[in-house]
Amino acid sequence: MTVYKYNQPLPSEITSKSDYLNRRTFMAGAAGLGLSPLIGIGATHAALKTSKSPYSTDEKTTALEHVTSYNNFYEFGTGKSDPAKHAGSLTTRPWTVDVGGMVNKPGTLDIETLLTKFPLEERIYRFRCVEAWSMVIPWVGIPLASVLKQFDAQGSAKYVAFETLERPEEMPGQGGLFSSLPWPYLEGLRMDEALHPLTILAVGLYGDVLPNQNGAPVRLVVPWKYGFKSIKSIVSMKLTEKEPPTSWNKAGPNEYGFYSNVNPEVSHPRWSQASERVIGGGIFAARKDTPFLNGYADEVGSLYEGMDLRKNY
Amino acid sequence: MAQSRIWTVLPSWLIYPIGIIPAVYLFYAAFTNQLGADPLDALENELGEWALKFLVAGLLITPLLKIVRINLVKYRRAIGLVAFVYVALHLTVYVALDRQFGWWEIWGDIVKRPYITIGMAAFVLLLPLAVTSNNASVKKLGASAWRNLHKLAYPAVLFGAVHYVLLKKTWHPEPLAYLAVILILLAWRFFKYRQSIKNA
Ligand code: HEM
Repeated sequence: MTVYKYNQPLPSEITSKSDYLNRRTFMAGAAGLGLSPLIGIGATHAALKTSKSPYSTDEKTTALEHVTSYNNFYEFGTGKSDPAKHAGSLTTRPWTVDVGGMVNKPGTLDIETLLTKFPLEERIYRFRCVEAWSMVIPWVGIPLASVLKQFDAQGSAKYVAFETLERPEEMPGQGGLFSSLPWPYLEGLRMDEALHPLTILAVGLYGDVLPNQNGAPVRLVVPWKYGFKSIKSIVSMKLTEKEPPTSWNKAGPNEYGFYSNVNPEVSHPRWSQASERVIGGGIFAARKDTPFLNGYADEVGSLYEGMDLRKNY
Repeated sequence: MAQSRIWTVLPSWLIYPIGIIPAVYLFYAAFTNQLGADPLDALENELGEWALKFLVAGLLITPLLKIVRINLVKYRRAIGLVAFVYVALHLTVYVALDRQFGWWEIWGDIVKRPYITIGMAAFVLLLPLAVTSNNASVKKLGASAWRNLHKLAYPAVLFGAVHYVLLKKTWHPEPLAYLAVILILLAWRFFKYRQSIKNA
């Protein structure tokens, strides 16, 4: 039987916004006093400076404990607690992202550059997993559009192809007898989706750098699509003319489409997507009705005008 | 070969309180919010997994007797009933807490989602077995009819494992391991049965 070792807060104890802001002040203060090693915050874990964004929701955020203990990151195992258990071994420095394909100035993007040379925004987004559960997560990130601008996309580029690190020595889920997915993990977006201001490259959450299990050091966040589109631990971004292959689509073409937009009307072949379990609610919490495009229809609905979303699931 | 006595010193009723310990723990942990970020999913899944463990344990009794001469037959009924309790609790959690008595959605799941259809079929197959797991029913049905009826356990266990394999997004090692063990146990019975026909 699985033994769950971590202590869980009661629903009433889940971090409120003001608590988490206090916590950030505390951490910043601790860093200033040189206390960080004492409280287990390494040099790279200094609190990040962020500005607020009008794209943030004011819904109650999911407790940090839950955001960092309940993850799908098959590179570290298929169980929800595997990433928290095994991702500690991932080396995230040095880290660069190759940016190439149909760009006029191909190059690499260093994680330190991302963290220090771009204005970081806090984006509190709803996060909806294809398995019909959801969280609200305060990401720290940079609009993907402002990053891609540096590389000067060619006019004929239509898609962005993303790739996760492949390093079986540090990612136990990539080795072994049963490989759950083909590696490396691949994802893709249409150019207009990639350039939409809601789409960010996240480098942190809850005011700190990303924990490894959440896709350190840099991941994509596309809040109107199912979680698996938000590819983690990115090492490559390539602009292409053709729709790039994506891992879940290759693993189950009739279950996971290229678009994978959150849509309560289009069921997964094996379960309904009409409602979701909100993480942190305990066992008696009512299910929440899932909104079209995860509640971002006003912002991104126009991207899909005229498309049959049953066919383009 | 002599059969050792040590295997049968415990009274069979002890299986019930021992078998139910994981369920008591799971419900306690779920009510006190100690089952992680998604306690409902954990509760539902763990109950399903214990159901499968006890079902497999029930299937092991005969090969243990025939191959290694360990006689645990007196515990089989209790093991089977405990397995059924877990299936019933698993189903109850699904109906009451997961689907929250949304009967229309539940019906939709049963007819549209093969993994639920198969899980439900397993439950329906186990129902008459649970009801007839008492001495009065053995008498009433007669030993051979009773034994034939209880062969429904084989498809039920197989369906339970297939249900588990189907509900995962990709091939996961644990459900495949259960399925493999169950297929081996059923294949062994099948070959024994063929032999017994040949020798008859
Ligand atoms: C012999 C009967 C059954 C057995 C042995 C069984 C076993 C299991 C197992 C082992 C799991 C997954 C555990 C895990 O992922 O770790 C599971 C999940 C599940 N079972 Fe069953 N099950 C049975 C019957 C049923 C029935 C009758 C229903 C409902 C009609 C049902 C509904 C579910 C659901 C909804 C899940 C998935 C929970 C989730 O992860 O979302 N099962 N079952």
